[in-house]
Amino acid sequence: MTLWDILLQQLITGTANGLIIALVALGYTMVYGIIELINFAHGDLVMLAAFAALTCIGACGFQPAADGSFPWGALALMLVVVPLFAAGANWTIDRLAYRPLRRAPKLTALVSALGVSFILVNLGLFWGGVPMEVFGHGRAAASPKDVPDLIGYRNLLGDSAVQLTSKDLLVMALTVPLMLGLTWFVTRTRLGTAMRACAQDPIAARLMGIDVDRIVGVTFLIGGALAGVAAVILALSNNSISFGMGYRVGMDAFTAAVLGGIGNLPGAVLGGIVIGVVRSLSDQYLATAWTNAVVFGVLIAVLVFRPAGLLGARVREKV
Amino acid sequence: MERLRPWLVPAAALLFAVILPVIDRTLPSALSIAGLMPGLMVFAIVALGLNLVTGFTGLLHLGVAAFMAIGAYTYAIATSPVYPFQIGPWPGVFLAIVVTAASGLALGLPAVRLRGDYLAIVTLGFGEFVQDTLRNLDPVTKGTMGINPVPPLISGHGLSTYYLYLGLLVLAILASRNLRDSRLGRAWRAIRADELAARSMGIGVARLKLAAMAAGAALCGLGGAAWSALQGSSVEPGSYDFQLSIGVLCAVIVGGLGSLPGVVVGVLLMFGLNQIVLVKLSNAFGLTGANAAVWAQPTNWKYLVFGLALVLMMRFRPEGLWPEEKSP
Repeated sequence: MTLWDILLQQLITGTANGLIIALVALGYTMVYGIIELINFAHGDLVMLAAFAALTCIGACGFQPAADGSFPWGALALMLVVVPLFAAGANWTIDRLAYRPLRRAPKLTALVSALGVSFILVNLGLFWGGVPMEVFGHGRAAASPKDVPDLIGYRNLLGDSAVQLTSKDLLVMALTVPLMLGLTWFVTRTRLGTAMRACAQDPIAARLMGIDVDRIVGVTFLIGGALAGVAAVILALSNNSISFGMGYRVGMDAFTAAVLGGIGNLPGAVLGGIVIGVVRSLSDQYLATAWTNAVVFGVLIAVLVFRPAGLLGARVREKV
Repeated sequence: MERLRPWLVPAAALLFAVILPVIDRTLPSALSIAGLMPGLMVFAIVALGLNLVTGFTGLLHLGVAAFMAIGAYTYAIATSPVYPFQIGPWPGVFLAIVVTAASGLALGLPAVRLRGDYLAIVTLGFGEFVQDTLRNLDPVTKGTMGINPVPPLISGHGLSTYYLYLGLLVLAILASRNLRDSRLGRAWRAIRADELAARSMGIGVARLKLAAMAAGAALCGLGGAAWSALQGSSVEPGSYDFQLSIGVLCAVIVGGLGSLPGVVVGVLLMFGLNQIVLVKLSNAFGLTGANAAVWAQPTNWKYLVFGLALVLMMRFRPEGLWPEEKSP
């Protein structure tokens, strides 16, 4: 591989990973846009959804196909069940832990979100102890769980040195249409318009007859569903999940959302791709051990020097 | 008599803490806790440090474990026989406090100008950054091994350690109380109540927030050094993680943000539950072995307990179990 091949390879891998980060980041940024809450539990929701995906694989007995054919049925089923689960869970979390605190000081809800995050982590630990074959019959609940490699490995660029794998393609084929669909939803539909109105000014939106609580609920549903899709992709492309994975996923996604300008949907996608590429380049040219520190360095630099983020959404303190 | 009343509860608590080791001797070993108390006292010192920043000044800080780690590692490097310095325990503690306070300033300089939740994220990022740095700087920090051995603060049996750590905790409480009632502390609480109003009254908000970060870090550094001395090792970087930072925050919130007795009660409850009750329950009733279900082990419930405590407190009693007294 030439130097350029290596760079190109890292850009491809980084973009694919970045798109997954972006899906999760959308969940952060939509919620923040409306209720100004950093939903700390969002990364752990992705973790729980990944456990749901593995449960789904185990319950239906999906196996990698012997002839290497693409698992259309399994994928379709998981892409229905897991996002539904994650959307429902996210809505319930909002209903129980955040909605009662809507009028409380901002940090109250943030602390509640930290608590929810801890609860979800513990539920993930217990889920790993469910006596199913895919969870190692419930032994060693805390250890990472292997996910069967349903997608398999294939280089779509033939035998070139640079690889675009079937997993990279899966990521792009799922995330890009979802993001386009979300853009359409937010800009073209009545519900989307109501969402933007709530983000701009919840009180004025309420005066215009918008049921703000319902809109916030819808936001949590959509954010949860996107997290569910991200979880399916993560499980199938990394082939390993653990109850502690939510923290890392959540931090990357949150960094992406802030980098793009929190509250700004295209910004979250751009931020996700940038973080994915930065991670890849840091892995390649610096050292894997320093990558997390690099990501946090980027985050701190952005917050300090350009708190509005790359796409410069408004950052106005609501008094 | 009326003037003595505010001293009644602290004096009773101190008396109880002093005679606890004597009572403890008479208990069966499964119920004995005196040996575990110095650890709790360390976390109470760290929580008092967090309380200066989050409780008095109102800045949400999610990275106190990093300051504890900096204190622990500074103490370890300065005193451990595997390094050439070996400056002795007390100079080591002093150095740890100074270095940690300086790192609090270093974090504070860019961070204090940020608004509430962004500040929280930067402190969280700092916590990760410190952890990764300690893990990766092998030649200095011994990587994931941690530094050991580390000398204790005081030689001799457990009783002297117990009373020494109790003394450190009392010192930290007194220092917090004096800071709270000083000019600095009143300015901090003014910032917490309303930053804009405080600024209008001529309070240098950024400078005072910086002072709070440094003072809080110093107490955490003391806690870290004492922890390292207690464990006989700097302990591996991974133990100073986000969960620890949130655990301390959780204790402070459950007890009562800004309330000194509240902070101590919160630590005794939450860390006591985590490090003593759940562990003792696990030893007594927990099922171990390859086939034991994960939920049969009480220590595996700790995140659920901490998480539920945070959510329920925020919902029903955000001011904490022992709320701060409203200043006259």
